Amino acid sequence: MFKSVVDRLKKGLNKTKKQLSESLSVLNFARSIDESLFEEVEFALLKADVGVEATEEIIDFLKKESKKRKIKDGEQLKQLLKEKLVEILSCCRGQLNLIGEKPDVILFLGINGSGKTTTVGKLAALLKREGKSVVLAAADTFRAAAIEQLEVWADRVGARIVKHQAGADPAAVVYDAVNSAKARGDDIVLVDTAGRLHTKEHLMKELQKIKKTIQKFSPNQPCETLLVLDGTIGQNSIKQAEVFKQATDVTGIVITKLDGTAKGGVLIPICQKLKIPIKFIGVGEDIEDLQPFDPENFVEALLG
Amino acid sequence: MFDLLTEKFSSVVEKLKRAKKLDEKTVDEALKDIRRALLEADVNVEVVQQFILDIKQKLVGQEVIKGLNAGETVIKLIYDELLNILGEAEPLTKAEKPPTIIMLVGLQGTGKTTTAGKLANYLKSKGFTVGVASTDVRRPAAAKQLCTLAQTIDVPCFVDENEKDALKLTEKVINQAKNAGLSYLILDTAGRLHIDEELMDELVKIKEKVHPHEILYVADSMQGQEAIETAKEYHDRVGLTGVILTKVDGDAKGGIALSVRKVLGVPIKFVGVGEKISDFEPFYPDRLAQRILGLGDIQSLIEKMEAAIDEDKAKKMAERVMNAEFTLEDLKEQLQMIKNLGPLENVLKMIPGIGSKIKDLKVDEKQFVKIEAIINSMTPEEREKPHIINGSRKKRIARGSGTTIMDVNKLLKQHKEMKKMMKKMKKSGKMKLPFNMPNLPF
Repeated sequence: MFKSVVDRLKKGLNKTKKQLSESLSVLNFARSIDESLFEEVEFALLKADVGVEATEEIIDFLKKESKKRKIKDGEQLKQLLKEKLVEILSCCRGQLNLIGEKPDVILFLGINGSGKTTTVGKLAALLKREGKSVVLAAADTFRAAAIEQLEVWADRVGARIVKHQAGADPAAVVYDAVNSAKARGDDIVLVDTAGRLHTKEHLMKELQKIKKTIQKFSPNQPCETLLVLDGTIGQNSIKQAEVFKQATDVTGIVITKLDGTAKGGVLIPICQKLKIPIKFIGVGEDIEDLQPFDPENFVEALLG
Repeated sequence: MFDLLTEKFSSVVEKLKRAKKLDEKTVDEALKDIRRALLEADVNVEVVQQFILDIKQKLVGQEVIKGLNAGETVIKLIYDELLNILGEAEPLTKAEKPPTIIMLVGLQGTGKTTTAGKLANYLKSKGFTVGVASTDVRRPAAAKQLCTLAQTIDVPCFVDENEKDALKLTEKVINQAKNAGLSYLILDTAGRLHIDEELMDELVKIKEKVHPHEILYVADSMQGQEAIETAKEYHDRVGLTGVILTKVDGDAKGGIALSVRKVLGVPIKFVGVGEKISDFEPFYPDRLAQRILGLGDIQSLIEKMEAAIDEDKAKKMAERVMNAEFTLEDLKEQLQMIKNLGPLENVLKMIPGIGSKIKDLKVDEKQFVKIEAIINSMTPEEREKPHIINGSRKKRIARGSGTTIMDVNKLLKQHKEMKKMMKKMKKSGKMKLPFNMPNLPF
C-alpha cells in the first residue's frame, strides 16, 4: 500500500513535470530570443493539435513581430503568443442564439462518438434551469439504443421526449417533435441526430432533409445548427467542420471531451479558416461541465 | 485513410525523380514534406521527429538503388522504415481452456460497443462460438446497445441492467458466460478518461477479476496528439495486448497507428472500416505501409471481391463473357456484384495508380440504379436479344423505368460496345476485371 501511494505521487509529479516542459516553461527562463526558442514554441503548438499550417503561420508572425517590438526575453514572447492566439479565437466568441419563437429549434450534428447525445442532455439541463420548457427529438434512429440513451437524459433533466421506433425516418421524428412543441407552446426543441462521417454523402443529404422539415414550421429555424466536435480528435476536425458547414450551414461549434489531457488546439485553424462561432466547451461528465467558450481562458489552458 | 500521406509521398518521389544522388540538401528538401504530411496525419510530434532523424541517417549518402531512380530509392527506404515501425501482423491469443476472454477498453466514443459487435461477428464468421458481455454501468443504454447488436448477429449477450456496481456486474456476467460453452467471450467496458483515477482503478480491478487473455485498446483513428499519452496511460495501468483502430472509413489519416507502434510496441490487431457490422478486418502492416506510399491495396481489394462475389455466378459470368454471350441480364448481375463490394470510391482507391488521382472523383452510384431500372423494365426476351428493341419498345421501357428514351439508347449502346470489347478480349485471350469496362457511366 505504501508503495502504491509513492508510485502514484511519482506519477503525478512526472505528469506535472512533463506538462511544464510542454507548456513553454522554457520561455519563462529564456533571457534571449533565438531559433531554438521558436522551435520550442512550434513543438508546443503542434503538440496541442494546432496543426502544421496554423503553427507555421503563428511562428512566422512571432518571428517578425518580436523583431519589430524588439522583444528581448521569453516571458515577453509568451505574452505575444497569447495575444495572437486570443486575437484569432476572439473572432469566434459565440453565444447561444435564441430567437424566442415557440419553439426555437436547435439541431445537433457531428460524427459518430463525438458526444452529441450527451451534449443534448447537458444543454437541456442548462435550458431547463433557465426555466425553459424543452423537448428532445430522438432523430438518431440508426445507432442501437441511441433513443434509450436520450430517454435516460430526458428523465434525468425532466424534459419531454419525442421518439419513433429504431430505423424510422429521422425527418418524421423531427416533424412530430416540432409539431407537438408548437401545439403545446414549448420553448425549445433539441434535435439529436445520428452520428455520421462527413464523407458519407447520402447521410449528409439526410441532414438537409431534416433541416427542410424544420423550416416548414418557420423559415427562421433551426435558430442554431451546432456541430459537436470531439476535442481529442486531431486535424480531421478541420475537415469535418468544412464539410458539415458546406452541407448544412453550421452556425456554431461545441467542442467536447476537453476534460482529459487533450487541448483542443485544432480550434485555432478552424477559427482562422472557417470563422464559425464556438458556443460551448465540454469539460467534464457532469451537467455543469458544459461551459461557454472564453478565448482567454482557453488559451491559458492551451499553453498551460 | 492515409490518403493525404499517400499524396504527399507521391509529390516527394516526383520531386526527387531528377536527383542524381541522395545528398543532404536533396534529402532535407524531401523530408520537409514528409514531416508535414506525418504531422497533418496526427502522428505524434516526437514520433515524427524520431522518424525523420532515423530516415535521414539512412538516406543521406545512400547510393541510388540499381534499377530505381532517386525518388524510388527514397520510397523504398521509407517503406522499409514504415514496415519496421508497424511491425508484424499478430493474431489473437487463444486460451488453452476456453473461453478466450477479450476485454475492450478505451475512451468514450471511440466505438468500443460497436467494435464488440463487429469482433463477435468476425469470430463467428470464422466458425467460433462467441458471446458478448457488458460491464458498463455508466453510459445510459450501453447494455441495450450491445444486446441489440448481439441480436442482429445471433450471439448471446450477457448483461444485467439492474446491477449498478461494475465489479459485481462483471462477476455476474462472467459466471454466466463461462457456463455457456463459448470459445470467445468479448467483454465491453465503460469508456473512461485515462486521468480518471477512480475509473482507471475500477478497470484494473475488473481486469484482476476477469484475467482476460487479450486487453484490446479501441482507438479512434482520428485522434490527435494526445492519443499516444492516453494509450500509454492505459498500457501502464492494465497492460494492453493489442489495438483496434476504428472509424478508418472516413478520411482520417490514422497517424495513431504509427505512434502506437513506435511508442508502445503494442500490435494493431484489427481495423473497423465502415458502419456495417461486417466492416471489420485484421490489420496488415505491409498493406498499410504500401498504401501510405501510394502503392495501392490490391490484396484487400481481392479479398473484398472474393467475399462479395458469388463464385459460381462469377464463373458462369466469365464463361459467358468469354463466349461473348454477354446479355443485358448479365450486365445487371455484374452491376449487383460490383455494388456488393461497397462504395465504389473505396474500391477504386485500393487500385494502385488510381488512389492518389481519385481524390475528387465522385462515383455516381445513382447511375447504377438507373441502369438496373431500365433493364428491369425489359422483357426476358429483350434482355437476351437487345437487337429486337425497337422504337415502341424503347418508349415502353423508358416509361416503365422512369427514364428517357435517350437513357435507354445510351445503355444499349454501352452494352453493344462492351460486347464488342469482350469479343476482342476473347481473341487476345485476356480476361479483365469488371473495372475496365469501357464507357460505363461513371
